[in-house]
Amino acid sequence: MLSIKHLSKSYVAGKPVLSDIDLDLAARGITAIIGPSGTGKSTLIRCINRLVEPTSGSIEFEGHDLTRLSRHALRQARRRIGMVFQEYNLVERLTVMENLLSGRLGYVSAWKAWRRKFPRGDIARAFELLDIVGLSGFANQRADSLSGGQRQRVGIARAVMQEPAVLLADEPTSSLDPKTSVEIMQLLTDIARARTIPVIINMHDVELARRFADRIVGMAGGKIVFDGPPAQLSDETLKTIYGGEDWLH
Amino acid sequence: MTDRPAVSASSNANPFPANWRSRGLWIALAVYVVYASAQMDVSAERVAVGLHNAGHFFGRMFPPNFTRWELLVKGLEESLEIAVLASTLGIALSLPIGLCASRNLMPAWVSWPARLIIVAARSFHPVIVAIVFVKAVGFGALAGILALAVASVGFAAKLFAEAIEEISLKQVEAVRATGASFMSVIGYGVLPQVFARFIGFCTYQLDSNLRNSTMVGIVGAGGIGGTLFAAFQRFDYDYVCAILISIIALIMAGEVLATYVRAIFIDGFSLADIFRRRERGATVHRVQHLEDD
Amino acid sequence: MTEAATQAETPLPVAQRIWRRFTPAQRVARFTVFLLVGIAIAAAIQTVEIIPEFLTDAPEQMADLLTRMWPIDFAYYPQGVHAALTETIHIASLGTLLALVMAIPVGLLAARNICPFTSLNLLAKFILVSSRSVNSLVWALLFVGIFGPGALAGTLAIAFRSIGFVGKLFGEAIEETARGPIEALDAAGAPWLSRLAFGYWPQVKPAFWSIALFRWDINVRESAVLGLVGAGGIGMILDSALNLFQWERVAVILVAIFVVVILAEVVVTFVRGRIL
Repeated sequence: MLSIKHLSKSYVAGKPVLSDIDLDLAARGITAIIGPSGTGKSTLIRCINRLVEPTSGSIEFEGHDLTRLSRHALRQARRRIGMVFQEYNLVERLTVMENLLSGRLGYVSAWKAWRRKFPRGDIARAFELLDIVGLSGFANQRADSLSGGQRQRVGIARAVMQEPAVLLADEPTSSLDPKTSVEIMQLLTDIARARTIPVIINMHDVELARRFADRIVGMAGGKIVFDGPPAQLSDETLKTIYGGEDWLH
Repeated sequence: MTDRPAVSASSNANPFPANWRSRGLWIALAVYVVYASAQMDVSAERVAVGLHNAGHFFGRMFPPNFTRWELLVKGLEESLEIAVLASTLGIALSLPIGLCASRNLMPAWVSWPARLIIVAARSFHPVIVAIVFVKAVGFGALAGILALAVASVGFAAKLFAEAIEEISLKQVEAVRATGASFMSVIGYGVLPQVFARFIGFCTYQLDSNLRNSTMVGIVGAGGIGGTLFAAFQRFDYDYVCAILISIIALIMAGEVLATYVRAIFIDGFSLADIFRRRERGATVHRVQHLEDD
Repeated sequence: MTEAATQAETPLPVAQRIWRRFTPAQRVARFTVFLLVGIAIAAAIQTVEIIPEFLTDAPEQMADLLTRMWPIDFAYYPQGVHAALTETIHIASLGTLLALVMAIPVGLLAARNICPFTSLNLLAKFILVSSRSVNSLVWALLFVGIFGPGALAGTLAIAFRSIGFVGKLFGEAIEETARGPIEALDAAGAPWLSRLAFGYWPQVKPAFWSIALFRWDINVRESAVLGLVGAGGIGMILDSALNLFQWERVAVILVAIFVVVILAEVVVTFVRGRIL
């Protein structure tokens, strides 16, 4: 349902960060992208919703090529793509509820949004999501009073509030401790499976990827070098992706 | 036997060598003071005469004379009106101009003209701007309002732009990723980050305009400044004293009101909290020190 | 649409929960402020005496003014403007220096960690507030009355006005110093003056010079207008040119002021970058 063809990105001419990426995403399942730092994982994810502008290639999503959309059409497409960020990127001074509702900004007029007049259904859905992510009762707390794990739960809830067709996650657990990382990955994958939303997660923790993903895509040097289920991810392949052996044991 | 560390030849050197650059600057400063004072025809004799005058002067100022209070009140009212309207106009203009002038949100062809407008508005003292407006639109409150509105743009817009340039763009990026419109991105991504500072700037600007509105009258732009100047020229020093006291009282009242507004909008006080002066666990806000405070 | 999924902890089904951004008490307070502001603006518009013809006439008058200012009489600069301009800068500089000297003791008195006596703190704060509440033009009027017209009155006006600004910021900078170095000096038995010079001064030095530069920058702008009430500097030249309706000269004076203000900002930015 998301089809990336020949995607390339160079920040500096002649030094591509992404070279000719081809990737097809099915309508369900958890896909993890792994690879060393600087290999373009984050750039790939951000090209999908055009937070980073691709240099060339196409991204087919819901019948449109995202790379060719006008600003207005792009905004409408973005409503259908939820994103979870490494540093949560919550609006710190707003409350948890307001952060959740900001997931609906693509659907509510600016004036109504400013006056916080969201549809009743949205508010009910927000409360429901708060319960699901385990933050009932936090609705009126300011985002900056939460811990990292709690903030990421809000981040996930915000993305799911959009009722998206696909979820992108850019290193969602890199700023969290190991225990919280597992909790967040569990939450993310549970919600995605329950609502049948495909997820692409960009991560650097291979063990987490093995544990939670249905499909692993390994990148090295801006190209895809592995694409398959976790069971097929051998140590040899990992060496190809990351280089060097010491870190494996 | 323990080894003694080798005593170097320079161990007797002065550990606090004279910092010639620093001394040079102090000397230059002293020379300048002497030179500039000489230029200004300051002599001990003049100062002595002046101090003698000062005694007479203050004698004639006290006790303050409030008998002509109707005129006084009318002048204060006009100053208040000028301050209110100039602030409204000024802040209304400063918001879009400040937004346009922020380099992190706006492309260069938008931000540079906006920054130019702000620099031009700031460079002239409000009184000078008032003079120009008096010549253009005549004596009276209108000149004062326009002059202070221009001054407001110069300060408030600059502060708005600086506050916007300091925001975290990550929060803005997340709001953009939801497909929000430009106005919603501003409303949910940018404004929450700067709102508290904006309220501070707005109350500060109102306060500053209140101070200045008492002065622009000196050049004919309305308000109590004119009354004050006239009283001075007539040597009615006790009336001058009464006017000064009233001005100071008005300004202080304005500052108190400003703290209340900040408490309500930034710290979420209710009216009851204000009357009881309760601190709801909020830190006392140090108003950022701005231009002429 | 949403199932009423009640769990043990949640009191209400989600469809029935309401969300309020502000508590009712907060909303009353906010509304009061909006209401008062609205009333103030409406009242001001009603009562302010603006002659409508002047307002509609304004663009035409401004255009007329600008035409009269052109061509700018640059030839007037060396003969009349330059000397006054330098005098203005001297007023600003000497006034700022004088204010720094006077503000240091007051600032020390206002800082609670140096002067623990509340009555002295309040006295110092009162001095600082009064200095700030009286506009520099009014100070100028006062000093012109006492010392006669000229740059002396202007310098003192700038100085007295600046004490409040410098003293307040300086006092706050002192209150924000770290206790560690001070305690170390006390432990070593340092006398009071050494404590100030070696414990506090090095910590507040950057803030102090920053405040000084900041105030000097503002004072350059303030000094330009003091001449309008006779306190010396370029304001006096401006005043006479205005009274004689010599608009080309007014124009060159305004340009000169603008250039000086910009130069002062450049100097301040440069010095800030080097020292701080």
